[in-house]
Amino acid sequence: MNVLSAQTIQTLTQLSYLIAAALFILGLKRMSSPVTAVSGVRWAGLGMVLATLVTIAFMGASPLNFALVIAAIAIGGIIAWVSGKRVAMTDMPQMIALYNGMGGGAAAAIAAVELYSGNEQNVVHLTMATIGGFIGAVSFSGSLIAFAKLQGLITKSVRFGGQKFVNLAILLVTAAFGFMMVSGMHAGPPIVSAFFACALLLGIAMTLPIGGADMPVVISLYNALTGLAVAFEGFVLDNAAMIIAGTVVGSAGTLLTQLMAKAMNRSLGNVLFSNFGETSTAGAVGVTGTQKAIEASDAGVMMAYSQKIIIVPGYGLAVAQAQHKVWELAQLLIDRGVNVRFAIHPVAGRMPGHMNVLLAEAGVPYDLISDLDEINAEFETADVALIIGANDVVNPDARSNKGSPIYGMPILNADKAKNVIVIKRGQGTGFSGIDNALFVLDQTRMLYGDAQAAVNQLIQAVKASG
Amino acid sequence: MIDGVIALYIFMLAAFTGYEVISRVPVILHTPLMSGSNFVHGIVLVGAMVALAAADNTLLRVIGFIGVVLAAGNAVGGYVVTERMLKMFVTAARRKGP
Repeated sequence: MNVLSAQTIQTLTQLSYLIAAALFILGLKRMSSPVTAVSGVRWAGLGMVLATLVTIAFMGASPLNFALVIAAIAIGGIIAWVSGKRVAMTDMPQMIALYNGMGGGAAAAIAAVELYSGNEQNVVHLTMATIGGFIGAVSFSGSLIAFAKLQGLITKSVRFGGQKFVNLAILLVTAAFGFMMVSGMHAGPPIVSAFFACALLLGIAMTLPIGGADMPVVISLYNALTGLAVAFEGFVLDNAAMIIAGTVVGSAGTLLTQLMAKAMNRSLGNVLFSNFGETSTAGAVGVTGTQKAIEASDAGVMMAYSQKIIIVPGYGLAVAQAQHKVWELAQLLIDRGVNVRFAIHPVAGRMPGHMNVLLAEAGVPYDLISDLDEINAEFETADVALIIGANDVVNPDARSNKGSPIYGMPILNADKAKNVIVIKRGQGTGFSGIDNALFVLDQTRMLYGDAQAAVNQLIQAVKASG
Repeated sequence: MIDGVIALYIFMLAAFTGYEVISRVPVILHTPLMSGSNFVHGIVLVGAMVALAAADNTLLRVIGFIGVVLAAGNAVGGYVVTERMLKMFVTAARRKGP
């Protein structure tokens, strides 16, 4: 490496970072169309490999540090590679939360190295490192809680009176420690440690009370936050690739978060600061009536002789891995001349587009899949609306019952269909704990059971009806 | 070296770019795209490597090491899950063809 001057190395490194940043943006752009999407992630991957290799070559580490870098990349990379390859499609949301948290943790670690070392004297850089470290740490612990909740490791949402004020207090204390570090007062390692401890605590405290139904929005928010944290640490390290990539993710993630919150008709502040599940018990009062069960054989016959069927998939489909069976059922019906459509609510499942991913995995063509705006007028002409493991997104209370916690959320008008068949595990409420008025309507029949098993029975029933 | 104001320019332009890139994305690609952007901020890896490379005591090496492990996990894991998800869309798109 001594054939190259420091100046040349600097230029080469910066140029490669520039190319990497361009590849990231082009990659994201290509990911925005289904046809070019895979090439998009590969372009971005190429940028990542380029930036990493150039950094390994020119980072000028001592032999010990060099070995540590290589070992750390190997450990983190192999663990992530194996877990990423193995995870089921249905568990993608929590894996994204986990990997995102790791990114936030890494940004916080960079800040910690800068702040503990005490080498940094520039106030602007110190401030950037502190803000980035704070955001990164919050994103790290918050994402881990989100992961634990979606993975089912934490099942309860911890809530208590005055929680907001406790969180605010933690925030203020964190800010105070941060100010001490930036202002150059006696910010020894203990203060830095206290700062990070508080930031991590804040991430946990912020995420614990948020109900499972809001997790998509929260994960998206933490994704944007990690991007910002990376951008801030990029300023500290004079690294253009980190600034550009981090900021692009920060702004794209913010927009995505807004789109999701909008789809649920809730503001971001509402998601973060109002205790969703708590009011849901009040909403239960509005639902009276009994659920009427149906046998799979009867439901199958009803569907076999329908003109038009709209299938509404939800998280229950994901849990039961029923996407392939559902497509098999749909193909059977299509062969019989039934007009089959799939209606996807923007927040069905645990993430926007989660259902689309699963249906795409099963091979369902795009033109059969419609989103809320396209399909809602069509429920009135549908003979059967088949609800598979979806709940809140078809709850008519969102339109009519002002006491319902989801009042105002746009829903799929499945209740307008002539018949509604709901495949559901049992009689209980869904993930968000809200009772569903759709389930007790006159035209609604419940088909209890695991989504995969129930759909399988439907397939047999349709086949049997000749 | 990136000057303060230049850095702000980079920040501003990148912010608009991110907004523009994602604003035309169909809903069906939101999850893969969130995953994709999650991969992109895995670039934090190069920063973590630089931080670990410059570490000069045990504490900093430990923190830096953790940082690189986490960052590598972000980058590699983000890539793997994004590619897996997007591959399905390609299959579905081809099947749709005549």
